[in-house]
Amino acid sequence: MLTYIIRRLIGAFAMLVVISMVTFGIFYVVPQWAGATPEAMASRYVGRAATPETVHLVAERLGFYDPVVVQYGNFVKGIFAGAQYDYGAGVEHCPAPCFGYSFITGQPVWPDLLDRLPVTFSLAIGAAIIWVIAGVSVGVLSALRRGSFFDRLTMGTALAGVSLPIFFTGMISLVVFSYGLGWTPPGGAWTDFSANPAEWAYNLLLPWITLAFLFAATYARLTRAGMLETMGEDYIRTARAKGLRERQVVVKHGLRATLTPILTLFGIDFGLLIGGAILTETTYTLPGLGQYAILAIRTQDMPQVMGVVLVAAMFVVVASLIVDLLYAVVDPRVRLS
Amino acid sequence: MSFLDVKDLKIHFPTDDGLVKSVDGLSFGVERGKTLGIVGESGSGKSVTSQSILGLHKGGRARLSGEIWLDGEELIEASTEHVRSLRGKKMAMIFQDPLSSMHPYYTVGQQIIEAYRIHNDVSKQVARKHAIDMLGRVGIPEPAKRVDSYPHEFSGGMRQRAMIAMALSCDPELLIADEPTTALDVTVQAQILDLMRDLQREFNSALIIITHDLGVVAELSDDILVMYGGKCVEYGTAEDVFYRPEHPYTWGLLGSMPRLDREPTERLLPIKGSPPSLINVPPGCAFHPRCPYAERTGDRATTEVPALAETEGGHLVRCHMSREERRGLWENEIKPVLETQ
Ligand SMILES: Nc1ncnc2c1ncn2[C@@H]1O[C@H](COP(=O)(O)OP(=O)(O)OP(=O)(O)O)[C@@H](O)[C@H]1O
Ligand code: SF4
Ligand SMILES: [Mg+2]
Repeated sequence: MLTYIIRRLIGAFAMLVVISMVTFGIFYVVPQWAGATPEAMASRYVGRAATPETVHLVAERLGFYDPVVVQYGNFVKGIFAGAQYDYGAGVEHCPAPCFGYSFITGQPVWPDLLDRLPVTFSLAIGAAIIWVIAGVSVGVLSALRRGSFFDRLTMGTALAGVSLPIFFTGMISLVVFSYGLGWTPPGGAWTDFSANPAEWAYNLLLPWITLAFLFAATYARLTRAGMLETMGEDYIRTARAKGLRERQVVVKHGLRATLTPILTLFGIDFGLLIGGAILTETTYTLPGLGQYAILAIRTQDMPQVMGVVLVAAMFVVVASLIVDLLYAVVDPRVRLS
Repeated sequence: MSFLDVKDLKIHFPTDDGLVKSVDGLSFGVERGKTLGIVGESGSGKSVTSQSILGLHKGGRARLSGEIWLDGEELIEASTEHVRSLRGKKMAMIFQDPLSSMHPYYTVGQQIIEAYRIHNDVSKQVARKHAIDMLGRVGIPEPAKRVDSYPHEFSGGMRQRAMIAMALSCDPELLIADEPTTALDVTVQAQILDLMRDLQREFNSALIIITHDLGVVAELSDDILVMYGGKCVEYGTAEDVFYRPEHPYTWGLLGSMPRLDREPTERLLPIKGSPPSLINVPPGCAFHPRCPYAERTGDRATTEVPALAETEGGHLVRCHMSREERRGLWENEIKPVLETQ
């Protein structure tokens, strides 16, 4: 068990290193290969009006003339130890974890990311709770009543759920529930949980349901397929032969085995969502990481984009690490291998 | 009436291809302390029969008819809930493949504890002690330690012992073992069979052992029932069926018994052909397409279903040949071949 944990931790760490290299490569090295000069990159920091001398100076101070390896080293050092930016006019200290400064606002990227994290996190957590409960229970029920009206209705809906893009369902629900019926606030409403939990939930209700619908559909289909398979297993027959009540056979023996593989999927989905529920946040104009990423890309704010990408990747890696560890708890056979 | 008395049991499954007559008019009985062996090829309906006694086909697609009397109570008409309450307590089952029959995510102990607590209102601690006890009784070394192991951490033989411990945890009065040793190698097979015999004596339960290997049941059983295509073709004491068999199918089973002194591929009197379709059962005697003596009974083999008739002292045989003819064949043609070494 301990070696398993250590192996997974090392794996996760290696993954993060690779991701940071790739990200760094995409944003700093590839542009240079493509012909961007250090001056051109530095000019993004100082604006178009600067004289060539200033640009040259800034490029030098930002280290754009250094070999790539040194640049990457400085970048990593910034994340762990913080960095000093010398603009000539003054020295800015960027505390760890330093993802650099935004081209546009001149603000350090990290505090911005921290600001937006709670929004995305709230969105993801609420949606996840809804989709897991709804998806799994619908999946179980339709597996138990295969071929029934309920089964066909829910599986038809689920098919729609997986195939309809979120901006479509999102728009429709906004039009119907916010603008039409006035039940929920239109997009853009965000209240901090600590400020007013009820309002926090009320504002997020529609995004939660829309996002959950998409995922619940997948989970319902997976749970149904899994249950159909599991309930035919020999150990289910054993459980019945013991005289266990059918409800317990389904939950304790059937569902227990069905949920284990779904756990992996959940970890990855959840990690991805924290990384940025881009479409949902854009549709409902929620000030989360996904929206931040979109804005950053539109304004070509490289340090911002890179910051989001790295943080998102980190969440995916951490989530799948947690799932791997949980898996060992849930499936005893994993501990051996 | 016997402790377990099955009368004219029929189990039919409606499928897209037609009605599968898995069991078609089966009658047998077992007393407390006695053992019945049910023998037949794959697909002859052995498992369906045993599972229907436990009521595992209730509420499913299967169409059941006939009577199953257990200790004076009829089970086919009984409510699902009532039969459930008997399962595990009054009657229990051991399955063929102990690895797939145990839940991979629960420890062996948890599974025995669960079985015990369904029918006994005791604390987890008490049930755990009982589980350790049971594991010890079925011959698992260091039961207090192994109780927390998972099924995949046990060897095949140990797993089957654990299954037996689980089945016996509530002192069932009827124990059905559905091919309990098929998944095990020969030496372990013998150990498990010995264990079952000892436990049966200790618990004085009625035991049904299902197998496709006559050798397994010969020394263990009091009675033997030979099944072919969902019907009984020969039924009698173990002595009768083993030493004076009268049905050509039983001869075939005896002739195809694996023997330690021969290659597995080398069988003395193999049964040609394959088991019958259960949807379009061959007309007349269901065994006639494979029977070497079919011509002896002429047209009747293909037109008239032979009755299960008594030949002597409760020994039943389903064949058109006369008693004398069958005995003559056995003594003069079959037995000498089986006895050649
Ligand atoms: N639920 C079902 N629906 C349709 N047919 C079934 C069903 N269950 C069993 N059968 C059929 O009933 C027949 C008898 O099956 P059964 O499992 O009792 O055979 P068996 O004698 O135990 O064979 P084996 O030695 O392979 O275990 C088989 O042909 C099988 O296909
Ligand atoms: S009735 Fe005829 S075909 Fe059937 S077993 Fe007897 S001899 Fe063979
Ligand atoms: Mg079987």
